[in-house]
Amino acid sequence: MLERAAIIGIGYTPLRPVSPEVSFRELIFEAAVKAYADAGIEPGQVSTFVSVTEDYVEGTAIADEYVPDQLGAVLKPVHTITTDGITGIASLVMQLATEQLDIGVIEGHSKASNIVHPAHIEALALDPIYARPLAFHPRYVAGLEMRAFLEATGNTEEQAALVAAVNRRSALRNPLAAYPANLTAADALASAPVAEPLKRGDIAQPADGAIVLVLARESRLPQLAPKCGRPVFIDGIGWTQDTPNIEERDLSRAVYAEKAAQMAYRRAGITNPTAQLDFAEVDDTFSYKELQHLESLGLARSGESGRLLAEGRFSPGGALPVNPSGGHLGCGYAYDMSGLRSVLEAALQLRGQAGERQLDGVRRGLAQSWRGLPTATGAVAVLSRQ
Amino acid sequence: MEPFSGTSLTDHALVSGEVLLSFWQPKALYRWDAGVAISAFLDGLKAGKLLATRCPECRRTLAPPRVFCELCFRPIGDWVELPGAGTINTYSVSYVNWDATRRRTPEVPVVVELDGASPGIGILHLMGEVGTTLEEITGKLRIGAPVQPVWKPAAEREGAITDIRYFRLAEG
Ligand SMILES: [Zn+2]
Repeated sequence: MLERAAIIGIGYTPLRPVSPEVSFRELIFEAAVKAYADAGIEPGQVSTFVSVTEDYVEGTAIADEYVPDQLGAVLKPVHTITTDGITGIASLVMQLATEQLDIGVIEGHSKASNIVHPAHIEALALDPIYARPLAFHPRYVAGLEMRAFLEATGNTEEQAALVAAVNRRSALRNPLAAYPANLTAADALASAPVAEPLKRGDIAQPADGAIVLVLARESRLPQLAPKCGRPVFIDGIGWTQDTPNIEERDLSRAVYAEKAAQMAYRRAGITNPTAQLDFAEVDDTFSYKELQHLESLGLARSGESGRLLAEGRFSPGGALPVNPSGGHLGCGYAYDMSGLRSVLEAALQLRGQAGERQLDGVRRGLAQSWRGLPTATGAVAVLSRQ
Repeated sequence: MEPFSGTSLTDHALVSGEVLLSFWQPKALYRWDAGVAISAFLDGLKAGKLLATRCPECRRTLAPPRVFCELCFRPIGDWVELPGAGTINTYSVSYVNWDATRRRTPEVPVVVELDGASPGIGILHLMGEVGTTLEEITGKLRIGAPVQPVWKPAAEREGAITDIRYFRLAEG
């Protein structure tokens, strides 16, 4: 049995639609200072750093060059990975599992507001020879998937719109959220069509922010973090990546999420996720993705997620609260930081530090990420406080 | 030698359209937030000043400035104005244009260690008034030589590193 890693320090800035007052360095520095203070350590005690970022999102080639300074990682081992935050945590967990390193740090940030034409960056992810020359706005990929998913499962556009409404409303209780709103499903349904059936109201809007988490080996917690009273353990983690050929994927499911969940559940000893998990933060970059992900994670049967949502099963007071933070629809889409934002909410909930939106008596939760259009890449982490 | 399998591509095949060429112009535009430290630095340049910050812990004076010390990991709030002059840390004589053609007159990129900043702290810029041939340039320049900035006139400055037109050797 591999030794578990525990989150012993969390630092974050609120998410914001824009953040012109600070550079990305200053944004990250704020999150890092908070994380080290929270863990009760100095950055000098950290053995290894992981950063998740993507050159085209940063607007800088070899963006990993710019990682060390604001993390206190100058001349330390640093891995910058082009992937989502939870896959980044998986990398850190593996490093710690070697038992050669004691404390590791993961950093993610977003300066989404600095990208002038985000759709053009998204388009660069499509195959340059046989997809890009068709020159559709790249959101069409979500439209194709949403239609296939709804058609195959019997979930409805109205239920997808309800995801957007529920999550934007949940964000009203989250001071970190960039897009809280008192919306109804009817508002989301009435929003402008983007790539039908996908509407503007179904789409998480970009946000800026930074998150830094400090992880340590479980067996070394008493020595490494004597002041950390509330470690959050990573019981299991999994990650997978589907084919890049959009035409060949099963768009009615999120197979990458199924496989990642299987991997994480196996490690965490979860055989009945709805009974063994107290809450979940799942990717809702588009409203229908929350439904698709819930079904793929085994938190709802195929075709039932929309109905269960409407019945309140996934509400804060329901049997399995989902996205108590407001999700990406409520908090904002933060590129590769998005998965870390889901882990952050899970950690705050498990520590009992989620303020007004605190769920009662939660002991174990799930955080899931998707790497965004046009990928079928994602990761799952199971977190607990015991 | 065994011939390679397959058909070699010729320049003609590319130019004549014999093979498929895919062309895509990325629209990768960014408006980076300069933030607290660099915004003040750029405002300083517009006013004809070189600003730096000083770490209260290691006492290093940092330019371009930052509001935290990357070595001590402490916030920095102390600002100082540097005189602008400095010394050559290193320089090169560049003969290559962007399209890889040769320049008739070389450019001279330089790292200037700024007076008043800590040793090893400085900015990247270019040298001017140093001649046009390699012999002339290497004859005039040496590592450690004192230099001073040549500023654009105030009306032309826009809050950019190019508000300093170039550095030249200090007189005397
Ligand atoms: Zn210092």
